[in-house]
Amino acid sequence: MNKEWPLYEVFIRSKNGLEHRHVGSLHAADDQMALENARDVYTRRQEGVSIWVVESSQITASNPENQGELFEPAADKVYRHPTFYNLPDEVDHM
Amino acid sequence: MTVKSLEQQFQERIDAGERIEAKDWMPEKYRKTHIRQISQHAHSEIVGMLPEGNWITRAPSLRRKVGLLAKVQDEAGHGLYLYSAAETLGISRDELFDQLHTGKAKYSSIFNYPTLSWADIGAIGWLVDGAAIINQVMLTRTSYGPYARAMVRICKEESFHQRQGYEIMLGLSQGSPEQKEMAQDALNRFWWPSLMMFGPRDEESPNTEQSVKWKIKRKTNDELRQEFVDITVPQAEILGLTIPDPDLKWNEERGHYDFGEIDWDEFWQVVKGNGPCNKERLGARVKAWDDGAWVREAAIAYSDRRSRSQGDEASRNQDVSAAI
Repeated sequence: MNKEWPLYEVFIRSKNGLEHRHVGSLHAADDQMALENARDVYTRRQEGVSIWVVESSQITASNPENQGELFEPAADKVYRHPTFYNLPDEVDHM
Repeated sequence: MTVKSLEQQFQERIDAGERIEAKDWMPEKYRKTHIRQISQHAHSEIVGMLPEGNWITRAPSLRRKVGLLAKVQDEAGHGLYLYSAAETLGISRDELFDQLHTGKAKYSSIFNYPTLSWADIGAIGWLVDGAAIINQVMLTRTSYGPYARAMVRICKEESFHQRQGYEIMLGLSQGSPEQKEMAQDALNRFWWPSLMMFGPRDEESPNTEQSVKWKIKRKTNDELRQEFVDITVPQAEILGLTIPDPDLKWNEERGHYDFGEIDWDEFWQVVKGNGPCNKERLGARVKAWDDGAWVREAAIAYSDRRSRSQGDEASRNQDVSAAI
């Protein structure tokens, strides 16, 4: 039997206070191995203080082909931005 | 070699400016205090939608209406960021909602005041969001990572809220005498409750010392309140409105505005549930939750049915491949 190891996505927190960021992916036979491999592949120079791994097949991703209509609703809503509101120049701290 | 207690090591991490993350060891009281504070904050965002939602259908122009709609929508989003941050500490969303709905958890008292006129929407954006921003800017540097990161997101979005409110106030104050009067009336009613948003005086705030030590708060209630007054007074002058405090005056020596005494009896009355709108707000919130129950149940039922039918399909496919 020749079964391919599943693909995992790897997220690293570079230091406390910052969020985990996606750094790349790797193959592993199980979750624990994925964590250890991630340490060896992605944090050899102390790039992180915490690792998350998740099987790539578990991620639900938006389809790039639908990008236009997916994000279109925000495109014409200028009033969600501070610059839409007209304030005199002398108003501070806003 | 000295053996340090976990608490001591924790305090040293805080003192060194390190952030604490969800899986790190933390004293139970640090965890509890954060659950309380973050959930109160989340509840305030959610309940805060109610007084403003009251005016969406009666906004005086389309421009005002879309602005207010977008603001109320943001408040819902802010509530969601904060509930998620609270959940990292090991409490469930259902528990958090239950605490709100049973009155066990508090939310900001400011939302227990009524919005009587359109000008109140301006006053809320300008003063209430203004006060919230002062608090939230401080909290972007709070010691608990997930809370601090939620605050960074929120602060980025909050500037539009305040400008939206100030623009309303500006329009009214430059309008007819009646409109200016409306703006002044809104300021009169929202000024003192806005000052109360920062909480009791330092000497009557039992949690402050520990919160500052753990860098949950980096400034005291009174420091934040002073900051708010100093920033807001010149903004009122630009509007040509009068802050309803005869004791308000610039103190050259301190480099700050002096201001009058808050009515603390009123503050505690509203905190204890006897404000003008406490029952109405909580009632509206509970009703919205109950009325939405069938939607939540339907979504779960749909999800269950779909995974069942997918399961059936998978087992059928297996049967087929076994047969082949």
